[in-house]
Parts: sequence; structure tokens; C-alpha cells
Amino acid sequence: MNIGVIVFPGSNCDHDCEHVFRDVLGQNVTMVWHKETSLAGLDGVVLPGGFSYGDYLRTGAIARFSPVMPAIKEFAQSGGLVMGICNGFQILLEAGLLPGAMLRNRSLHFVCKDVHVRVENAATPFTGACQPGQVLNIPIAHAGGNYYTDPVTLAGLQANAQVVFRYCTSEGKITAEANPNGSLDNIAGIRNAEGNVLGMMPHPERSAEELLGNADGRLILMSMLELLKKRPLKMVGA
Amino acid sequence: MKAKIHVTLKQGILDPQGKAIEHALDSLGFKNAANVRVGKYMELDVSEKDKAKAEAQVKQMCEKLLANTIIEEYRYELT
Repeated sequence: MNIGVIVFPGSNCDHDCEHVFRDVLGQNVTMVWHKETSLAGLDGVVLPGGFSYGDYLRTGAIARFSPVMPAIKEFAQSGGLVMGICNGFQILLEAGLLPGAMLRNRSLHFVCKDVHVRVENAATPFTGACQPGQVLNIPIAHAGGNYYTDPVTLAGLQANAQVVFRYCTSEGKITAEANPNGSLDNIAGIRNAEGNVLGMMPHPERSAEELLGNADGRLILMSMLELLKKRPLKMVGA
Repeated sequence: MKAKIHVTLKQGILDPQGKAIEHALDSLGFKNAANVRVGKYMELDVSEKDKAKAEAQVKQMCEKLLANTIIEEYRYELT
């Protein structure tokens, strides 16, 4: 597989993603500078974490107008797998590829710690290797992960099983205490209606190796690769 | 023309910064201060003499970039 990692000015998890997909999972990785306008030859795309454009104005607000974004929209609309992690999730929200918006964390703190999330939908291209309801231990590191959307959109997300991950206790219970940022309904990750675009605040690439003490996040990245093997969707053309 | 733009979180959306400031004001003895809301203030020059055209442009800027209308509202004045 050839996985594209989009590099915005201020991305800082781009090389973590590159390392995991290439060195841990044995895939080809293409680093795609935000000024590129083509994703030709890529099988899947990752928008990594970081602080694109210094988080100026709002997280992701300026990155969504990067020259590469029309190609990402086109890739998503043609069924390509797009994963946004942390700042990548924020960019996908601002770009309208996922519904909702991010508010500042309820505590106002930048929260950097391991959290537990429960797999709410194990039938997505990003969770196929997980069990339904499985509890994963994955780190978060953000100041703006307080997911918000209007009640009608939230009801739609819930009804269509678009909520993919929710913050929970180590036993898998959804509680207010297990919610690290005030996110609506403990939402940690959502997918689009079609299922091929995922946004999540936790960092699976930071928990993908036993050497680093935790490999739960690898299940998510492997799910993506396994689906691509079964259903290749290589981007062709310009 | 000069545009002065205010962007604030919509009413009903939790404003953690506003809450923190409210608590600080309270602890300083300003017991009658309530409902603090924090927003952004931007000003910019629009090279356009026609007020209606300038206004249309500023509105577009707010809708496209300056505010996220899912969580924020905006108002502006042109002088």
C-alpha cells in the first residue's frame, strides 16, 4: 500500500505516522506537502496531528484552505480512505468533510495523557480489526478536543452509527469522569455517513509498538490496511 | 473602508475561558459580574468605496473563514 501523509506547516506528528506505516507496518509512505494538488498513486491518506498554521484563528481553520484540500475532498468523495488524527480531525471538521466543530477543552488545559476509548462501531474501514465494544488505550494530546455539534446532527450521528470511539473508563463504562475534554456524548472519534472518512482525537500512531509500551493504536491503522487489501481504491489521474 | 469584526461563541455554547474569567472576577470581589463571554476582535481594510459591496465582502469573509458558524456568531461595522 502507498499511504500519503499530508504535511501542513505546523504538522508535528507527520513523521510519527510515517514511521509507523513504514517501519512498523511495512508500507510505502509518501509525504505530501500541503501545496501539492494531486494525490495520484495513493491508496489512503492521513492528516496528522500538530498545530497547522499555529492554530491561528481556530484549529484547522486556515489549513482547510491549503492547495491540497480540494484533492483530499475529491479523494474522499470517490471513496478513498481518509483518516484525520487530532489536528487532522480538526481540519476535516473545518473542511466540512465531517460534521461538527471543536471547542476549547472544558478544563482549558492542554491534556496529554493515555485515555481509554470504546469502539462503538467495529464495522468501519478503520475498526475492522477491533471487537465491538473493545476498550483501547490510546494517548491524547490537545487543547481543543471538546467536540460539539447541534442536537439534530448529534442524533443523526448516533442513529447512523457514525460515532466510532467514545471516551470511557478502563472497564468500558462511559462516564463524565472518563471524558478528558468535555466532548459531547464522550465522543472521541466519528466517521462520515459513507464511512470512508474518520476523525479521531486520540493518537493511534503513538501507541502502535510494544517497544513503546502500548500497541492498541495499531489495530486502527491495521484495519485501514486490511480493508485496502480487500478493496483497493487507488487514486488515479492528475 | 475599515471593517471592525467581532466573533463570539453562540449563546448556549459553553465558553470555558469566559467561565475562568468570571471566577477570577468573583475572587477579586466583583460579585456583580456574570455571564462573561470571550470573543475575538479583528479589524481590516477593504479597498472598496461602495459600502454595500464592502459589506457583502466582509460577510463572505466571516462566513468562509473568520467565524465557524456551527459554534460562533459574528457582527461587524464598516466605517
